[in-house]
Amino acid sequence: MNEIFGHFNYWAVIVLMMVGFYTLIARSNLIKKLIGLNIFQTAVIMMYVSFAKITGGTAPILIEGDHGEAAEHVLYSNPIPHVLMLTAIVVGVATLALGLSLVVRINEAYGTVDEDEITAKDNAQ
Amino acid sequence: MILAPLAALMGRAQAAWAIATGACWWALYASVSLLLRVMDEGVIRYALGGWPAPYGIEYRIDLVSAFVAVIVAMIGAVAIVYARTSIAQEITEDRAPLFYAAFILSLTGLLGISITGDVFNVFVFLEVSSLSAYSMIALGQDRRALTAAYQYLIMGATGATFIVIGIGLLYVMTGTLNMVDLAERIPAVADNRTIPVAFTFLTVGITLKLALFPLHLWLPNAYTYAPSSVTAFMASTATKVSVYLLLRFFFTVFGFQFSFERMQLDMVLMPLSLVAILAMSMVAIYQDNVKRLLAFSSVAQIGYMVLGISFGSVLGVTAGILHLFNHALMKGALFMAMGCVMYRVGSVRLGAMSGLGKKMPWTMAAFVLGGLSLIGVPLTVGFVSKWYLVQAALERGQWAVAGIVMIGSLMAVVYIWKVVEVAYFGEPDPDHDVREAPLSMLIPTWVLVLASFWFGIDATGTAEVATAAAETLLRGLP
Repeated sequence: MNEIFGHFNYWAVIVLMMVGFYTLIARSNLIKKLIGLNIFQTAVIMMYVSFAKITGGTAPILIEGDHGEAAEHVLYSNPIPHVLMLTAIVVGVATLALGLSLVVRINEAYGTVDEDEITAKDNAQ
Repeated sequence: MILAPLAALMGRAQAAWAIATGACWWALYASVSLLLRVMDEGVIRYALGGWPAPYGIEYRIDLVSAFVAVIVAMIGAVAIVYARTSIAQEITEDRAPLFYAAFILSLTGLLGISITGDVFNVFVFLEVSSLSAYSMIALGQDRRALTAAYQYLIMGATGATFIVIGIGLLYVMTGTLNMVDLAERIPAVADNRTIPVAFTFLTVGITLKLALFPLHLWLPNAYTYAPSSVTAFMASTATKVSVYLLLRFFFTVFGFQFSFERMQLDMVLMPLSLVAILAMSMVAIYQDNVKRLLAFSSVAQIGYMVLGISFGSVLGVTAGILHLFNHALMKGALFMAMGCVMYRVGSVRLGAMSGLGKKMPWTMAAFVLGGLSLIGVPLTVGFVSKWYLVQAALERGQWAVAGIVMIGSLMAVVYIWKVVEVAYFGEPDPDHDVREAPLSMLIPTWVLVLASFWFGIDATGTAEVATAAAETLLRGLP
């Protein structure tokens, strides 16, 4: 049981990843594809953050000890994956922004955001 | 990189171009001096921000990195000179400064990937270069450039996300992001299932960026509909840097033993690259649009590079690295020649190129010479890398593979001949009068063509560097 409930985070990550990836591949609407990509990336973010948590760990902030110095032997969660994911979130936002602006231009040029209709228009050309 | 926003703010295209050119030439100077220093001193290490590795991000430059950086900077420097006239016609005046900013950003990203020693830094720079590449492609004139850029964005972002998953799994098992540190720590935990899974994710992600068959679907559209300078620049650099990334991960981070013996990499990569060579050359023969033809040819050439790597021997990896350099020269020259055609004729369809051999002699001569290099005629760079590739195949006793390499060359003859036949033996269009392409576009094209001949006749310089680089990679870390 511990496998299922203890690792609930990771199960959620897998489910989200697959949902996102499927949407990315299977949907023909361009905006839905971008949303799928974003869900996929969010799942990865969650994965990293889950890696960071250490059982019984507290926030990675210096705690004052008795004499005004940092306390020793404090168990803290790993901040590095969080830092990495801040970068990844920014990259994801930038990608999404670029993708959506492309979709806007595509809509102006083709009049539709459905991939199949776009392909049909290109083939008819 | 700092110059990029400055270029974007410039109102007039000419000023932005000047800044971009300055940035690219300075990058070329820096990368060549880096290469010379690495050849003397060995590996150069630089800790970013003064934080020592493995806590901080480290830039670790060895022979392969410096070589790839020189390739990228060289193509960038030549392409930016070419871009001035080509972009002036293909992109509107108010967008041109943004284009140059994206160009510099892309160059920055690619150079950053070559020199960094930290795996997450690789991802960051990869995305920097990719995002700017997507925007540059979208500036193409045809409306299909937009869908091409979108498709590239979706596939490229998926590839990058796979790479991030791989990096995350590596990090959770070893606790470090530094490449050297990872290499030291991976053998201890390699039995856990996570490491092969991380390897797989990384391989799939990188091969997506690399456009190895069957993950190459974004490449033909992206190369065909992008502005000519963008195709010339990207065809010669973006995929090459991804090949470099493959080398880095397979040999430096995971180590030869893990990649080839445990994960059977050669069994996976070799069939894919062989199919790439045969199938893509075949598809290229049937193309009507010459840029699309060259794009499929590029996928086949990438197959050659990965084939060299999949041999796993010094000769094989040398062949792969050499072909990196040579293909950059060849395809750069070919796409620039097509850009000249586009500039004057306004179309790159085979039918529109009829009789251009007489009207645009210099351009078509550049195309023919670049094509000869693609086929692998002796005296050109293409021959040198094919030679090494065949040698590597024969060294392993795989005659069939060597035969397939030769068949690929024969197919290249067919599709190059298609263009040559139309250009030289066709009748020029009587109503449409075209002149020769302007000098500012011809000179960069010929620089690359002549370079491909020079390095073909005197290949000792590049061959030595490539062999030394391959040995460094295969030996593992010092």
